[in-house]
Amino acid sequence: MIDVLIIGGGNAALCAALMACEAGASVLLLEASPREWRGGNSQHTRNLRCMHDAPQDVLVDAYPEEEYWQDLLKVTGGKTNEELARLVIRESSSCRDWMRQHGVHFQPPLSGALHVARTNAFFMGGGKALVNAYYRSAEQLGVQIRYDVPVEDLEIRDGRFVAALVPEREVNGTRLAAERIEAKSCVLASGGFESNRDWLREAWGMNERGEYPSDNFLIRGTRFNKGTLLKRMLSLGADSIGDPTQAHMVAIDARAPLYDGGICTRIDCVSLGVVVNNEGKRFYDEGEDFWPKRYAIWGRLVAQQPGQIGYSIIDSKAVGNFMPPVFPGNKADSFEQLADQLGLPRETFVRTIQEYNKACRPGSFNHTELDDCVTEGIIPAKTHWARPIDTPPFYGYALRPGVTFTYLGLKTDKTAAVHFADQPSKNLFVAGEMMAGNVLGMGYTAGVGMSIGTAFGRIAGRNAALSSLGRSPA
Amino acid sequence: MNAESNLIPVLNIDEEEVNRQMQICNACRYCEGFCAVFPAMTQRLEFGKADIHYLANLCHNCGACLHACQYAAPHEFEVNIPKSMAKVRLKTYTDYAWPQKLGGLYQRNGLTLALSSALGLGLFLVLTLLIQGSLFSKIEGGDFYQIFPHNTLVTMFGSVFIFSILALVLGVVRFWRQVAPREKLQQEHAPVLMQVGEAALTLKYLDGGHGQGCNNEDDAYTLARRRFHHLTFYGFMLCLSATSVATLYHYFMGWEAPYPIFSLPVMLGIIGGLGLLVGPAGLLYLNYKRHPEHGDQAQRPMDRAFIVLLFMISLTGLLLLGFRESTLMPLMLALHLGFVMAFFLTMPYSKFGHGFYRCAALFKFYLETLKDNKSKR
Repeated sequence: MIDVLIIGGGNAALCAALMACEAGASVLLLEASPREWRGGNSQHTRNLRCMHDAPQDVLVDAYPEEEYWQDLLKVTGGKTNEELARLVIRESSSCRDWMRQHGVHFQPPLSGALHVARTNAFFMGGGKALVNAYYRSAEQLGVQIRYDVPVEDLEIRDGRFVAALVPEREVNGTRLAAERIEAKSCVLASGGFESNRDWLREAWGMNERGEYPSDNFLIRGTRFNKGTLLKRMLSLGADSIGDPTQAHMVAIDARAPLYDGGICTRIDCVSLGVVVNNEGKRFYDEGEDFWPKRYAIWGRLVAQQPGQIGYSIIDSKAVGNFMPPVFPGNKADSFEQLADQLGLPRETFVRTIQEYNKACRPGSFNHTELDDCVTEGIIPAKTHWARPIDTPPFYGYALRPGVTFTYLGLKTDKTAAVHFADQPSKNLFVAGEMMAGNVLGMGYTAGVGMSIGTAFGRIAGRNAALSSLGRSPA
Repeated sequence: MNAESNLIPVLNIDEEEVNRQMQICNACRYCEGFCAVFPAMTQRLEFGKADIHYLANLCHNCGACLHACQYAAPHEFEVNIPKSMAKVRLKTYTDYAWPQKLGGLYQRNGLTLALSSALGLGLFLVLTLLIQGSLFSKIEGGDFYQIFPHNTLVTMFGSVFIFSILALVLGVVRFWRQVAPREKLQQEHAPVLMQVGEAALTLKYLDGGHGQGCNNEDDAYTLARRRFHHLTFYGFMLCLSATSVATLYHYFMGWEAPYPIFSLPVMLGIIGGLGLLVGPAGLLYLNYKRHPEHGDQAQRPMDRAFIVLLFMISLTGLLLLGFRESTLMPLMLALHLGFVMAFFLTMPYSKFGHGFYRCAALFKFYLETLKDNKSKR
C-alpha cells in the first residue's frame, strides 16, 4: 500500500506530493485531467504574494506581515481566519528557496504589472512553467503520477481515510476498469467547483429578473474543477466553510472562451473610462481605487447587472495606457455608432456619456496616483481619473463575469486536517482551492491564491507523510 | 511580396498567424523573462509586416515559451510562437535573399545543399582525375598545391566566397531597410553593437533567461544546444582563422603549405575541426530528438543538411590532414574541396544566413531598448 495519496494535480497537490516525498513517504498523485491539461488553475497563475522584511532577490523594499495581514483583512471584509491567514503569510516569506530547489524560477514583475514589484514574486514563464518544474521534480524524486484518474468518491471510516474510488472510464478510446486505491493517508487538493455549471446555478439561483445569473459566467480556469470530491466530502459530513456564491471573480472580455481563458481575457481599461450595463447606464464608481485593488470586485458587479453583461467604454486618449486586450474592441467615431455596434439603447447610452462628460471636473490626470479628476453631480460618481470621453475613435469592450475559483471549501486548521464534526481527521488533509475559503471568505488580492496553495500544500504533504508513518501532525 | 514596397503591405497567412498569436501574448506576457522577443513585443500594440519579420528573426526557437504556454494546443487558441515564427523566418530568408530569384533555394533547402554538394564533389573529383590521371597517388610531403596550384584555388574559392558574402550582406541590408527604415549607424551605437556581439557570441537567448538553457525534447531545460552550437560556431571560426593565418603566411611570410602539424594554421585547423565535428554531431542528435512542435517540421531538412555539410567539411579536412602523406591524399583533397565549395556556393541560401539575420534583429532590439530607456529617463 502506498503511504500518501494525493488527489489533484495543481500547485497545492504538487507541493504536498513533494513535501511528503521529502519526508520519506511513498507518494501517488492522481490528476483527473489528461497530461496536456495538467495543473488545474495553477497553469494560469503568474505570481506569489510574499511577505518580506527587506528587499529579497526579485522583491523590492519590504512587505511586512502586518501590512499583508491588513491587506487581507481589507479585501475579505473580515471574513478570514487570522491564525490561518498569518500562517500563510509567514510561509510565503520562506517557501521560495524550497520552490527554487524544485526548479521554479522567479523574475521581477512583468511590464504592466510594476505596481506589485514590492508584494508579488513572478514565476518566470508563469504558472505552467511552475507546474512543469514541480512535475519534473516529483518524477525525479520517485512520486508516481497518473493522469486521467478522476476520483469520484472516498471511503471514510470513523473520520479516517481508507481508500479513493475511481469509476470505470474511457481514456483515448480505451475502457478502463473502476479502481479502489488504498493509502495510509491522503491529501485532497482537487480544486473548487467553478466548472460545475449545475452547482453554480444551484448556488446563485434565480435573480429578481427571473435570470439564472451563473449561466452567463465564464470560467477563467480549468474545465476539470467540477467539485466532485468537494460535494462528496460535504455529504460525507466534512465540516465546510464559506459561501458558495463567493469566488475570485473578475470582469473579462465577453468573447473569452468558456473555460481556460486565463489572464489574457481580462479588460484593464475600466478605470480609464466608464462602464455601462445593457440599459446604457453606469452602475459603479470606475475610479474608486487603483485597478489592481479593484479588478477583483468587477466580476461580481457585472454579475449583478441585467443579462450579466457590462460594457467598458474608453476614448482614444486611453489607448496605450493599459494592458492590450486580447480581442480588438468595437470602434466607432460617434457614441451613436458605438451604441449600435454594442447593441445598447442609443438614447440612454448617449445621455449617460454626455452627462458623465459634463460632470467631469478639470484636474490633472495621473493614472499612477489617486488623482484629482473627479465627477460632480452624477450618481454613481467617478472619484479618480474622470476625464471626458470626447476623443474619437471610441472603443467598447463587452464584459462578462469571469470566475477564477470558488471559495466554498472544507474547514481546516493549522495542520491542514479535514474536520468531521469539529474533530480533525488523523490521516485526511486538504490544500489549495478546496480550503482557500478558510482564509478568503470573500474578495481577492493578486497572488494570494498561490500563497495559500503553497503554504497549505506543503503543510498537508508533510502532515500526511507523518500520519502515514504513524506520527501525529506538527 | 516586394520588400521595397512603400504601400502598407498585406500580411500573408503565416504573418497573420504571428499577428494573431502576438495579440494573445501581448495580453498575457508571462514569457517576458525568457528571451528578447517578448520584451520587444510589449513595445508594440500592433504588428505590421516589418514588426513580424523583425520578431521572427529575433526568435531563437528555444522552445521555452511553448512549454510554458497556457494557450498552447490543446487550448483552442493554439499558440505556438516557435513554430509560427519559424515559418515567417524562412519566408524572410527567401524574400530578402539577393538575387531575389535565388531565394527560392530556401524552399527546398535540403535538396539545394545535397545538389551543391554533389556538384562540388563531382567537380573536384573530375578535376583531380584530369590533372592527376588517378584519385590515388603519393605526393611527397603531402603538398596539395602539386594537384591544384595555389592560385587556382584562390581564384576558384575566392571568387565564390566574395560573391556569397556580398549576396548575404545585400540580403541582410534589404531585411534591415524593411525592419528599421531610417535607422542610420551612429557613433553612439557602438555600445549597442557590443551588446549584439555579446548576445550572439554567448548565445544569451539560448540560456532560458535563468541560465539553465533552452528546451529540446520536453519541458526540461538543457544547455546542450547552446554548447554544441558554441562548438560548431567556434570550431568553424578556428577553421576559418586557420585558413586566414595560412594566407598571411603565404603572402607575407613567403611560407607555403603544407605546414607541419605543430604549426599555427594546422593546430587551429585541428582544434577547430574537432569542434566542427562534435558540435554538428551534437546538434544533429538534438535535432532528431527535438520536440515535434518546436519550430517548423518542414525546415528540418534545411537544418540537417547544413549540419551534415559542416560535419563533412570538418571530417574530410581532418582526413586530408591524416592521409596527406599517403596515396589517399588526392581523393581526400577532392572530397574536402568539394564540400567546402558546396558550402561557399550556398552560404547566402542556406541555414548559414540565420546568424546574420539574427544579429540584425538583435541590433534592432538593443537599439529599441536604448531608446525606450532614454524615453523613460
